[in-house]
Amino acid sequence: MKNSNKKFLVEKVLNNTKPFDKNTLLTLKQITKEENNKPIIYIGAGTCGLGAGAGKTKIAIEQYLETNNIDAEIIAVGCIGLCSSEPIMDVKLPNKQRVSFEKVNNTDVNNILDDVFANKINPKHILAQFKSDTQEKWDNVIDISEHPFFEKQERIVLENCGIIDPTSIEEYIAKGGYKAYLNTIRNYKSKEICDLIEESGLRGRGGGGFSTGKKWKFSLNTEADQKYFICNADEGDPGAFMDRAVIEGDPHKLIEGQAISAFAIGATKAYIYIRAEYPLAIERLEIALKKAKEYGLIGKNIFGTGVDLDFIIKKGAGAFVCGEETALIHSIEGKRGMPRPRPPFPAVSGLFEKPTIINNVETLANIAWIINNGAGNFNKYGTATSKGTKVFALSGKITLTGLVEVAMGTTIREIIYNIGGGILNNKKFKSVQMGGPSGGCVVEQNLDIQIDYESLVEIGAMMGSGGMVVMDEETCMVDVAKFFMSFIQRESCGKCIPCREGTGRMLEILELITTKPDNSSNDALVRFRGIMELESLADVIKDTSLCGLGQSAPNPVLSTLKWFKHEYEEHIFDRKCDAGVCQSLRIFKIDVDKCTGCTICAKKCPTDAIIGSRKAAHYIIDDKCIGCGTCDEVCKFDAIEIL
Amino acid sequence: MKTEVDNILETYKGAKRDSLIPILQKLQENEGFLSKESVEKVSKYINVPTSKIYGVATFYNQFKFSPPGKYHIQVCRGTACHVLGSATVLSEIENALKIKTEQTTTDGLFSIEVVACIGACGLAPVISVNGEFHAQVTAESIHEILNTYREKEAKDEK
Repeated sequence: MKNSNKKFLVEKVLNNTKPFDKNTLLTLKQITKEENNKPIIYIGAGTCGLGAGAGKTKIAIEQYLETNNIDAEIIAVGCIGLCSSEPIMDVKLPNKQRVSFEKVNNTDVNNILDDVFANKINPKHILAQFKSDTQEKWDNVIDISEHPFFEKQERIVLENCGIIDPTSIEEYIAKGGYKAYLNTIRNYKSKEICDLIEESGLRGRGGGGFSTGKKWKFSLNTEADQKYFICNADEGDPGAFMDRAVIEGDPHKLIEGQAISAFAIGATKAYIYIRAEYPLAIERLEIALKKAKEYGLIGKNIFGTGVDLDFIIKKGAGAFVCGEETALIHSIEGKRGMPRPRPPFPAVSGLFEKPTIINNVETLANIAWIINNGAGNFNKYGTATSKGTKVFALSGKITLTGLVEVAMGTTIREIIYNIGGGILNNKKFKSVQMGGPSGGCVVEQNLDIQIDYESLVEIGAMMGSGGMVVMDEETCMVDVAKFFMSFIQRESCGKCIPCREGTGRMLEILELITTKPDNSSNDALVRFRGIMELESLADVIKDTSLCGLGQSAPNPVLSTLKWFKHEYEEHIFDRKCDAGVCQSLRIFKIDVDKCTGCTICAKKCPTDAIIGSRKAAHYIIDDKCIGCGTCDEVCKFDAIEIL
Repeated sequence: MKTEVDNILETYKGAKRDSLIPILQKLQENEGFLSKESVEKVSKYINVPTSKIYGVATFYNQFKFSPPGKYHIQVCRGTACHVLGSATVLSEIENALKIKTEQTTTDGLFSIEVVACIGACGLAPVISVNGEFHAQVTAESIHEILNTYREKEAKDEK
């Protein structure tokens, strides 16, 4: 079956330029499983799905099929993007539309499958169904495009994620995959592809936002015996996970996009630099590359066009700074991942001193679509300066978490409230952190701006790779600033002094603000001076650091200082953290009327800060208390108060 | 006598400097950490001084220089996990196992590592034990998770 499929796909699809006949169309539908003879059960088994328990669900499905003697196929797919509904299970019965169920734990499998095989829908778990022209609809089930999470989305990058079998190149080709690549190498010149991508308005999705087509031309116009094309899949921004989802759910989309891009600059060697923390993505990528090679889509003289292309996977070893282009190149060369001054830019002299282009996964995942649909259809989405769509990773204190792909120009409010379903547990919104450690916070008053590269910078945030971490009233913004500073300080490569020492100093100041005051008279003064220093330090680090990591390192602090100065002041002068996050600023007191003298708090206190004799009220020595709250947790009489 | 390290090195015939990180990754995958002996062998094999190799290896978070526990716990400290309480989760694990981050329990069963972001932010806070993910963990559920591994270990011993 597999081999005959391959012959069919190569002859009738990849080598065919005419419209498909009826028989071909039917076979294609069988390969994409839109037409099936036996039931198919899909299980969302991306990293988030597995984390939510998809592994156990899968075992339960296997057991169900065995006990009930049902002949069905189980397919593990990637992540459709709605993380908070994982594990997600889809069922495709012959002649019926594919239907999707959410929050399917192993104990729910029997009930749901009993119902489905009896042509009923379990109302508790139903998510939506997928439209098909030839298949029968389920009654009273909404279409996936009507689901509030998906309704406003425009899916280009994520179109196949969670839907197709990521290990099947057949399914990808049957859905029109690799058509763009073969079209490119058969009918276009490199320069024409660069022009087309430039015309589409596509800009780098990894954070920089530089015009992709323009960048490629720098390399195209540099003469060299060897050029390289690197895909940066070292997704290090905490809070962003779209690259992982694309590779896990639709690896061929990346490979096809990168293959076209490599052709556009005349590179014959393509590297994919991927985080070692993404084992599943690496596995899927390895399988996909092997299959693409079997089909002759990579290798020597591809489909008789004379084009050569080799792919090499390089696993990152865990260094945030390797997201910077020159650091990434050093890492591939087997050196410490430290940036170097530019120029020369990598596009002219990069990997092994040859012209090298580095693009991020999401950027490359757009390329095939643009070739297939034209630049005009891509740049109809978006704002004046930012075209196309952008994937955002919604997480934090929000009802629906996951990956959202929307047209540029959508407002932040729309993403958080209409798509993400608002703040978790109806708490009050405080801010949304965008752009990771290089970005900043967006506050309530800016929620209605239309997202594009420039508008975000104007309000002190940035596009970054698209992480959106939502924070509510229970989040302390000084603590968030401290969190990012400690991250940057740890990840600073140490090459240039402003970044290495400056971030350490900034972190020290933030730690001072968030720890228990020593009660000496000039304490408040020292703390206040700290803030003044924070601002001037931030300026120096921004102006004098070598690479983007250092230049943007102070952003989270500056942005929280700008919008939440009152929280800093509260920490300094009132020595209070209203959100209750900065533990050591908490002051505990024992209510003598409620205390029964059981001594449990005194026993559990890690610093022996509680005194009192048995059956008599206890007291807390403030100087010894570290605010850990253990006493509050262990007290059975509710006698501990937080002031 | 040929050791496993030699066997691994042989698969990298003619390797140059750019294979250094993949070789170290392979060795660590095999041994769980980078021992002094294996680093010395790599040095001879690709003709790069050990000082340079350590320079590279210590730069990256992935490489370890002492053996990890049988169950290696990675606690995600990404932004989403932080906002949803991963600091409490981490200190709860440290208390439960009576070790600190980067340490291994005396019975060699557990070790803790803090990682920047696992990339499962939608299900924060997340931990991973030997590559197996546990989502939306809380200070309470940690104990259950640890116990399942302890039970598994007890069963294996029988």
